Amino acid sequence: MTKFLADISEFLPILLQGLWLTIVVTVGSLLLSTALGMVWALMRVCRVRWLQRLSALIVNGIRGIPIIVQLFYIYFVMPELGVTLTALQAAIIGLGIAYSAYQAENFRAGIEAIDRGQIEASESLGMGWALMIRRVVLPQAIKIILPPYGNIMIMMLKDSSQASTITVAELTLKGQLIASSTFKYTSVLSMVAVLYLVMSVPLILFVRWLERRMGEARR
Amino acid sequence: MIELSDVHKSFSGVEVLKGITASVGRGEVVCIIGPSGSGKSTILRCINGLESYDSGAITVDGARVDRASPGIISIRTQIAMVFQRFNLFPHRTALENVIEGPIYVKGVKRAEAVPRAQELLARVGLKDKANAYPAELSGGQMQRVAIARALAMQPKAILFDEPTSSLDPELVGEVLAVMRRLAEDGMTMVVVTHEIRFAQEVADRVLCLDHGTILEEGPAKQVLTTPQHARTQEFLRRVLQPI
Repeated sequence: MTKFLADISEFLPILLQGLWLTIVVTVGSLLLSTALGMVWALMRVCRVRWLQRLSALIVNGIRGIPIIVQLFYIYFVMPELGVTLTALQAAIIGLGIAYSAYQAENFRAGIEAIDRGQIEASESLGMGWALMIRRVVLPQAIKIILPPYGNIMIMMLKDSSQASTITVAELTLKGQLIASSTFKYTSVLSMVAVLYLVMSVPLILFVRWLERRMGEARR
Repeated sequence: MIELSDVHKSFSGVEVLKGITASVGRGEVVCIIGPSGSGKSTILRCINGLESYDSGAITVDGARVDRASPGIISIRTQIAMVFQRFNLFPHRTALENVIEGPIYVKGVKRAEAVPRAQELLARVGLKDKANAYPAELSGGQMQRVAIARALAMQPKAILFDEPTSSLDPELVGEVLAVMRRLAEDGMTMVVVTHEIRFAQEVADRVLCLDHGTILEEGPAKQVLTTPQHARTQEFLRRVLQPI
């Protein structure tokens, strides 16, 4: 036990550096995926047929390719096309794009759950599509969207570890490096697991709180 | 001001409007009655472009109603609609529901829209409910807010799609009273309704629809008390004496 405590004091500072990068990757790709996901979702529910099709194509394309392959592609193939990114940039963009498909499906489900009568009331007031989405649809859809959105956040936090595959020295990669050079797999990987848990649990509680609150609001 | 000529409309192969020709003059109150599925609501929905129609023409003050054209927005700001299920915005208070159209569609300043909305809410008897959310209101109150919301657009006409059909019987009266006052004030109204007594008292003209055609049309008193067509007689008998 004292050995384990000694390991903690020795490795924790290094792991915390990795943890910081984990947060940067998670938050960065969360913002990007939210923005892109909203674009795909709005394209999907708009009234222009070819935009709907394009959105479906993009979302299904992204969903059908493993995240790790998308990361490799952006980090290793894009330079050949003249776009060179740092590992961190590639990780944020790759995870952001990969997750935009799930965000889009969540947003679309929320938007499509809005009662048809709301659309008709907006139309009968003379609202155009964009105004209706902004003033009527999204403010109501957000209650439906938020709880699953919290779950996506938790998944993204954990999947940020995939950035390790393209050399981003986030928590998982740091842990792996320390463990393989010191052979202290048990204490190091336990610390890594606990650190992820420490970040996830508040999010999990937040999602539970959201679900309760939104459930009440809908009644 | 509203003209329909030979309007046809089908839903997936089933023709629901089979050549409707009718007109509504300024200040006129026209009630549309008839059995369920006869196409009453569809006519209203075509007039403000919530539905498209297949052939014929609908015009409002000479402007053709075409759901797909950008001009539809201007027509909708002139022709308001009140729905059977109210369709208030649940995330906004009564007052916010009423000012939504004027501020965001017509660009009226908030400082102007709010007092006007309060006036309208007072007119429908809901002065003290301005800050209530729809979920806190009864059906009759919600429908009256919906009427205030329609009035706030200062429309040339209001279309009512069975405005009392989803209300508890004891709440029907308060909504009809508001509508009666509107009619007295000279508002042009087209009302799809099963309230035969209301039609008798308030309507200038009544159209009786059946299977997508106008069975009978004329002054309210004539159509409702001495209907010519056997099917109109049968329909009225069933509505007035359901048991």
